[in-house]
Amino acid sequence: MTDQNATHSPATVAASSLARLTQTPGYCTAASLDLLSCSACGLLCRPARHRSDGDCPRCAARLHSRIPHSVARTWAFLLAAYLLYIPANLLPIMETRSLFGAQSDTIMSGVVFLWVSGSRMLAMIVFVASILVPMFKLLALTVLTLSVQRRSAWQPQHRAWLYRVIEAIGRWSMLDIYVVALMVTLVQINTLARIEAGNGAAAFGAVVVLTILAAKSFDPRLIWDYLGSDNDRAH
Amino acid sequence: MTGPTDQIDQKALPLAVQAPRWHWSPWLIWLIPVVAALIGGTILIQTLLSRGPTVTIFFKNAEGLEAGKTRIKYKEVDIGTVRHIALSEDRKKVVVTAQLLKSADSFLRVDSRFWVVRPRIGAGGISGLGTLLSGSYIGVDAGKSEERQEEFAGLDAPPFVLTGLAGRQFILHADQIGSLDIGAPIYFRHIQVGQVAAYELDANGAGVNLHVFVNAPYDKFVTTGARFWQASGVELSLDASGFKLATESVAAIVSGGISFAEPPDTAPTPPAAVNADFTLYGSRDMAMKHAETVVRKVLLYFDESVRGLSPGAPVDFRGIVIGEVASISLEYDKPRGMFRFPVEINLYPERLASRYRKGVVNLAPDDSPEVLDNLVAHGLRAQLKNGNLLTGQLFVALDFFPHAPAFKIDHSKNPITLATVPGTLEELQAILSRIARRLDKVPVDQIATDLRTALQSLDGTLKGTEKLAKHIDVELVPEVRATLEQVRKTVASADTVLASDAPLQQDLRETLREVSRAAQALRSLTDYLERHPESLVRGKKGTPK
Repeated sequence: MTDQNATHSPATVAASSLARLTQTPGYCTAASLDLLSCSACGLLCRPARHRSDGDCPRCAARLHSRIPHSVARTWAFLLAAYLLYIPANLLPIMETRSLFGAQSDTIMSGVVFLWVSGSRMLAMIVFVASILVPMFKLLALTVLTLSVQRRSAWQPQHRAWLYRVIEAIGRWSMLDIYVVALMVTLVQINTLARIEAGNGAAAFGAVVVLTILAAKSFDPRLIWDYLGSDNDRAH
Repeated sequence: MTGPTDQIDQKALPLAVQAPRWHWSPWLIWLIPVVAALIGGTILIQTLLSRGPTVTIFFKNAEGLEAGKTRIKYKEVDIGTVRHIALSEDRKKVVVTAQLLKSADSFLRVDSRFWVVRPRIGAGGISGLGTLLSGSYIGVDAGKSEERQEEFAGLDAPPFVLTGLAGRQFILHADQIGSLDIGAPIYFRHIQVGQVAAYELDANGAGVNLHVFVNAPYDKFVTTGARFWQASGVELSLDASGFKLATESVAAIVSGGISFAEPPDTAPTPPAAVNADFTLYGSRDMAMKHAETVVRKVLLYFDESVRGLSPGAPVDFRGIVIGEVASISLEYDKPRGMFRFPVEINLYPERLASRYRKGVVNLAPDDSPEVLDNLVAHGLRAQLKNGNLLTGQLFVALDFFPHAPAFKIDHSKNPITLATVPGTLEELQAILSRIARRLDKVPVDQIATDLRTALQSLDGTLKGTEKLAKHIDVELVPEVRATLEQVRKTVASADTVLASDAPLQQDLRETLREVSRAAQALRSLTDYLERHPESLVRGKKGTPK
């Protein structure tokens, strides 16, 4: 669907772009003019012949009107993230061995421990960053991708805002991974204490990376492409 | 129809460069979730597979236990972690749920035991000091049973005998447990060779069964003939050889202990089997006393009182205990029309065995009734004797009474009956009763009547005497006083008469002088007459003038 303009002849470009302009009055996009906008340097250029993509003549970045197979790619990353989300939360992310015994903690048990031991603020932060944010990201991306796939015209501005939020908070979830990575490298006093990353940490890291990738594969421009474009739906 | 597009000359825009590119098939992207699913699935499956069984242990309290931290260890190796600690529904117990490792599945056996390892200080020593730093953990002893179980009742204290420990377990039967406890030491020649592993009441509550564990290699010393006794505390004995104090060890004084040994002078016996039964005696003496395995029951009929005779009283043969009283009862002897006391005694022929070898005849041998007959013919009889004059304790003495009435043992009866002779006390009693009978014949009544009459007359006499005394008092005394006055007067006049300067005295002295002169003259006359008796006739010769 992102290459819907590929088959259009230059003669029909004006008509279709005009049609789009009537649908989103006052707005004109590169896609609506059958032009390509370089996502790296912002240069506008015409697509190569019979092609919707090509390289930017100025910065040689990959050009595409919309990210190719955006929805499918997002779904793939999301699905992978969902799959890894389960072991990430069930498996221990950190195994502490010390003179006084060994202990393995999952994310949730860490949060519970912090909460019970009185560090409620810290518990909240870890809970938000490590549990709420990844979950929120997964759900929000699912909503966005679903809405785009169904060509929904529902609340485009809110969805766009949602996408920006997702992009912004994406890295916060790596907090846990940073902590674990730091602890594992710092606390290696062999007999006294040792900390090892558990399988959960790998899974959790993978979830965070996959959600970032999913967010990246999602083309927010698609939100705006289907506003009332009933004729496009037939395509 | 003007718009921003009109101002852009599309032709002026540069054309995108058509670079030859490898086009990924859009389906390849689905490899990512597949890989993720594979990885995640593998990890999950691996975790689930390595996740062992869950075990539920009930403890009295959860002191030192912590959910998620407390480990379950076998020989100091982690085999699981406590997951939850909760109270049971009736709030009597603590329910500890623990996750074991996959490899620890074999620990879930019916006879596995779980306990909490904490620092413990007891009479037997100090244990679990390491847990002061590391915190308590749950110890486990793997059972050997094939039967699987996932719920266990936790032990209050670590078991002293772990499965797999080399050695053997035996079962001791005791009347009461005394000061013994789990972990109480077992001594063999004062060396600790084992401990009490467990104890329980008999099914019918009639005794206590102690499970003792004797470590290898000492377990081979527990032979079928071994005797166990309570070595608890201090044993004090005072006998003819003096004052004796015996104890096993300081620990045994505090917490009790058990000793075992083979009785001396016995043939070697093979090592006892696992879980062999033994009797636990109260003391070494009792353990060694019961060495007899052959018991010969003999019935004795006593006509006299058996007060002071109790089951367990010794049967003595000239000072050597060869048996004991088993039971005492009472029965009516119809032919004689009186009561008699059947006393059953246990004779231990083995006690005579060693002497038998030295030539003394076995007293009650099963195999030689004629020997017994012979002995009885020689006057072997039973007699009740007084063992202690203060307490009146009786014992049965066997001895020879050549003048006893003839008696023949009926060997067809079981137990055989042995004739008795009245005891020394009985004889004494008979003599006393004879004396009493004689005393009975004394006319005490008549004597008493006579005595009473005599006493009455004495009473009358005493009254007369009293009257007389009164009479003397009233009438005689003034008279006597007057008389005395008279006497004094007489004496005073006599005094005057008899005074040295009295005329009577002078005269008397004169007279006496005259008399003395006359006596002199008479003496000279008699002298003369003696020398000159003729002068009486011829007269006095004239003095040569």
